Amino acid sequence: MKRSWFGRTWPNVVAVVLFIGLVFPVYWMFATAFKPTGDIISEDPVWIPFDFTFEHFKTAVDADHFWQMVRNSVTVTVLAVVFSLAIALLSAFALARMRFKGRRGFIIGFMLAQMAPWEVMVISIYMIVRDAEMLNSLVPLTLFYMVMILPFTILTLRGFVAAVPKELEESAMVDGCTRMQAFRRIILPLLAPGLMSTSLFGFITAWNEFPIAMLVNKDPESKTLPTWLTSFQTVYGDDWGATMAASTIFAIPILLLFVFLQRRAVAGLTDGAVKG
Amino acid sequence: MTVQTERPPSGPPEVVKSGGGRTGAPRTPRVRIGSLGPYLLLLPALVATLVFLGWPLVNNGILSFQNLNMRQVILHLTEWNGIDNYKEVLKSEDFWRVTGRSIVFTAINVVLIMVLGTLIGLLLAKLGTKMRRLLLFGLVLAWAMPVVAGTTVYQWLFAQRYGVVNWVLAKVGFSSMADYDWFGGQYSTFFVIITLIVWMSIPFVAINLYAATTTIPKELYEAASLDGAGAWKQFTSVTLPFLRPFLYATTFLEVIWVFKALVQVYAINQGGPDRLTEILPVYAYIEGSGNQHYGMGSAIAMLTIIIMLFLTAYHLRIVLKQEEDA
Repeated sequence: MKRSWFGRTWPNVVAVVLFIGLVFPVYWMFATAFKPTGDIISEDPVWIPFDFTFEHFKTAVDADHFWQMVRNSVTVTVLAVVFSLAIALLSAFALARMRFKGRRGFIIGFMLAQMAPWEVMVISIYMIVRDAEMLNSLVPLTLFYMVMILPFTILTLRGFVAAVPKELEESAMVDGCTRMQAFRRIILPLLAPGLMSTSLFGFITAWNEFPIAMLVNKDPESKTLPTWLTSFQTVYGDDWGATMAASTIFAIPILLLFVFLQRRAVAGLTDGAVKG
Repeated sequence: MTVQTERPPSGPPEVVKSGGGRTGAPRTPRVRIGSLGPYLLLLPALVATLVFLGWPLVNNGILSFQNLNMRQVILHLTEWNGIDNYKEVLKSEDFWRVTGRSIVFTAINVVLIMVLGTLIGLLLAKLGTKMRRLLLFGLVLAWAMPVVAGTTVYQWLFAQRYGVVNWVLAKVGFSSMADYDWFGGQYSTFFVIITLIVWMSIPFVAINLYAATTTIPKELYEAASLDGAGAWKQFTSVTLPFLRPFLYATTFLEVIWVFKALVQVYAINQGGPDRLTEILPVYAYIEGSGNQHYGMGSAIAMLTIIIMLFLTAYHLRIVLKQEEDA
């Protein structure tokens, strides 16, 4: 099947153009973060930072409470993801493997919860946290983020659990494993891609969350990085080097996770979506 | 999301029903935990969701019937004022203007995301392995970019001075654009926001769609080409019908995500200039927490939720029906 040169080439040309369009903003963030200020504010853009500096990163890292906020963000994100995975696994197992009254109701309920309008509930969340006297604590953030990512985690893992052949578990139980052991030794390892893709999305959601964090945690000791980044941006205004360095620091953990896990995570996601 | 919420992307798990193996009778060997088992397993998720999602929702409804401003908040006063908040919101011209704007904003974004995302998904299927990997890498990178970092980068790309977009525009002949202030006008600010949202949303659609195309049985195409169908006919008679459930489900998710897009809009220009780029969630946020009219903000939030349900009702009905028939 021979196609014309044009027929073979145009998809590649389009792909390269798209690739540049998709990657350029990310590249420009990195490039600016490393450029000396003189190169940033030059009449003609300096496309490649041959001359590079870490001075902007120093400005960002030297911001008050920077490391405290890194710790806060990491703590809240990791705990929210871990808790939600643990809770979701139980539910996913029940929904995929057991028959019981109300099962469909639960699935529909989690589907609806997935559409939850978190963005418009911030006022009510603020009031609840205030009345519980938990403002400026990491506990409410962790719990809200956990529930925010829970429905997606449950529904995706349900698909993965359902895809593991029941016979594997059964034969393990015939060999003398308890149901729990069969689950831990046989099913759990097979769920690795599912766990990976769900936790990746959990990470992104929690790492990014901004409206609740901004209202509920105002003390510098309890702030998370998204709030820091936006306020940093207002303070440093036109210091694009520092702002891009701060953005880079904020984006790097997620970008790295994604790039390292890319193939498995993306395969995991699409498997989940296809198998449902 | 953040997603997105964000962009908190989620696969549409309800789309393709494989029927696979789960339909059999309860073959569960040796029911140890008894018939309560599944409920016990679901209990933690249920409790967590009811407390941390259900309660804020209900509470939001309660607050919307209160006269709750800075004073009442500080003094911990509860002043009921019936449906006054709703009356005031529904009477205000601002609310309707923002609502109309939100709907148009959502429509433009979703159409762009779906059309471009689908085209890129189909392109992925057409590319060779190397090129596909390259494009997938680009998609994943844009996808992985956290929303807040993304907004600061777009502010820099479109910066009035030294912004690379203005430089390029001036170079290609629009010399009047050399010092253009993108954030000074309503439409230009929206242009930047829409570019940002489309950029970060396309990967989800493209990658999922590509994955879906890989599941189309080759025989269908062979049969179609035996019947003398050309490329376009094959696309409309095989590819499109096969992808339809995917496209429906993804469109539905994108409508929800874009309609709720608070972070992108707020972080890029705080709904400005002159509150001209406020969409409903931003409006609720600024009225509620910014201007400290908490009761009013809650009423706007409730109305936003109702409008969102209204916009997605059609699809929601299909999903619920499918799940019930399953």
